[in-house]
Amino acid sequence: MKRFFAVLHARNLEFLRDRSALAWNIILPFFIVLGFAFAFSGGPRDLFKVGVYRGNPSEQSDIAFLKTKYVQFIPVDNLQTAQRKVEHHQLDMLLDVGPPTRYWINTDSPNGYVLEQMLRGSGAETFERNALTGREVRYVDWLAPGIFAMNMMFSCLFGIGYVIVRYRKNGVLKRLKATPLGAFEFLTAQVVSRMSLIALVTTIVYVGCDLLIDFTMHGSYIMLAFTFTLGAVCLISLGLLTAARFASEEFAGGVLNVLTWPMMLLSGVWFSLEGTHPWVQKIAQIFPLTHVVNAARAIMLDGAGFVEVLPQLLVLGVMSAVFLGLAAALFRWE
Amino acid sequence: MPAIIEVCDLVKHYPKVQAVNGVSFAIEPGICFGLLGPNGAGKTTTIEMMEGIQKPTSGSIFYKQQPLGRQFRNEAGIQFQHTALPDFLTVKDALRLFHSLYPRSADLEQLVDLCNLRELLSRDARKLSGGQRQRLLLGIALVNDPSVLFLDEPTTGLDPQARRNFWELIRATKARNKTIILTTHYMEEAYTLCDEIAIMDHGRVIARGTPNALLQQHFKHVFLRLPRADFSVPLENFPFTVFESDGYVEIQALDVNESIALLLKNNVPLTRLEIRPPSLEDLFLELTGKALRM
Repeated sequence: MKRFFAVLHARNLEFLRDRSALAWNIILPFFIVLGFAFAFSGGPRDLFKVGVYRGNPSEQSDIAFLKTKYVQFIPVDNLQTAQRKVEHHQLDMLLDVGPPTRYWINTDSPNGYVLEQMLRGSGAETFERNALTGREVRYVDWLAPGIFAMNMMFSCLFGIGYVIVRYRKNGVLKRLKATPLGAFEFLTAQVVSRMSLIALVTTIVYVGCDLLIDFTMHGSYIMLAFTFTLGAVCLISLGLLTAARFASEEFAGGVLNVLTWPMMLLSGVWFSLEGTHPWVQKIAQIFPLTHVVNAARAIMLDGAGFVEVLPQLLVLGVMSAVFLGLAAALFRWE
Repeated sequence: MPAIIEVCDLVKHYPKVQAVNGVSFAIEPGICFGLLGPNGAGKTTTIEMMEGIQKPTSGSIFYKQQPLGRQFRNEAGIQFQHTALPDFLTVKDALRLFHSLYPRSADLEQLVDLCNLRELLSRDARKLSGGQRQRLLLGIALVNDPSVLFLDEPTTGLDPQARRNFWELIRATKARNKTIILTTHYMEEAYTLCDEIAIMDHGRVIARGTPNALLQQHFKHVFLRLPRADFSVPLENFPFTVFESDGYVEIQALDVNESIALLLKNNVPLTRLEIRPPSLEDLFLELTGKALRM
């Protein structure tokens, strides 16, 4: 344990004394969240979104409302999930094409009111009306879990992968290999150091942003911390796997970019994957970041508990075990 | 006295290169053993196999009659030819880090004084001069109070004063009853520090023994050196072996008195005459027929 704590302490010193990297880790996500909060602080966007349950909007020719222009009709499979989205203003209306034909609107939503008038005007007076209430989930509320997870991803992959490759290239690993320090002790110290720093940075950014923006948080903070911790373990393991063999920082940087860019764009950090092409949604499932973002969003926006996010946690657990196992098997000091 | 380290028929092949080709020797405890040779001779590969950093293609290495293992890791101190430390660590942080990695450890305060590091303790390790950095790396190599200390070209790149200061540190370390294994391509350094040397070339040991014994074994003469301008005798008419290079002539003289008498007889001025004993560099030239490749 003495060796483990010595390496852990050295790595922590290295990170904390690298002021530019530390500042970047805190300031970047902080300004992204604040920037989006400012950019989307005006009125609701013009686009109407209607969830359609038990029907395909493009084939449902008997309901005239479904042919309305400038309204996005999104097929939904789960009625409860869709109702919660209406409560959070993520859907402006939910339509069940029946039988019985019925619809749900949020009585606090101006868009819901307008859509209800349009629905009735299209000859659907007989549809059963259901009213829901609930605070609007702003884009920044929806975005924040993704930003936290994305920042974590960069910190895990570059903070672990890139640093180990640099250590290997400049001979630090070779020097450590000449001591009684084992590979497991060294790698564990790197993981724990990065985990601690991510916890510190994420907490600072979360609390800072929350004081300014007042996030929606319906779930448990412990559950959220657990999800982010498991996500960090998974992403750090991926970083270790990336760094297992390479000795070129340029090549490792390229590999890390190949990993991070698709995750950043296709894991649902910036926009919902609902309504995207099915293959995009399938590809997104192979990214650990997708599962971290989905679980964190479910906890923060829907108040999801352990059982609700268990599928995402299981996927992250399995991915962590696979990445870590491969990283340990492939790791070379030189 | 049993050897502290024994190397038996060590071979290392890289693709297209045979770096080490059947090297064997044993090192007694408490001595400074020099592994000499030009760049590419195989000395760094040999020492890295002895350190357990590289695996030999074939052959064996024993530390205290046992194959290299945990005991060796705990009791060996190593200073690599090229190495780096984690960034943003001060000299004190770096010493503490490595001090914590070993089950047995030297007194850090004594070590700081031994390596002249007290003034540098709060300095960022990346901002040290060449000599200061080598002193820190030596300090790190000594943090576990090692029984055997490997120094791979520790003075390469240092200015003459820093090199001599480092020699003093090595002498002080040796006085603490450490076995030192040193590689260098500075023959003067080897002659000054080493009790025993092995000269390598093309992956093989081509000579081994104490520096003086090797010189006595291979040389019976001394060298008389004169500027070429002062040496008016045709080289081919002089009855001793004479070499000419860099504007000087060097006479291999078995009998100095006889040689000087001959020079005087030929009216050669002796004002700028130098007489020197053979050096390890001469030995290398003698053994390999070529100058040292740096």
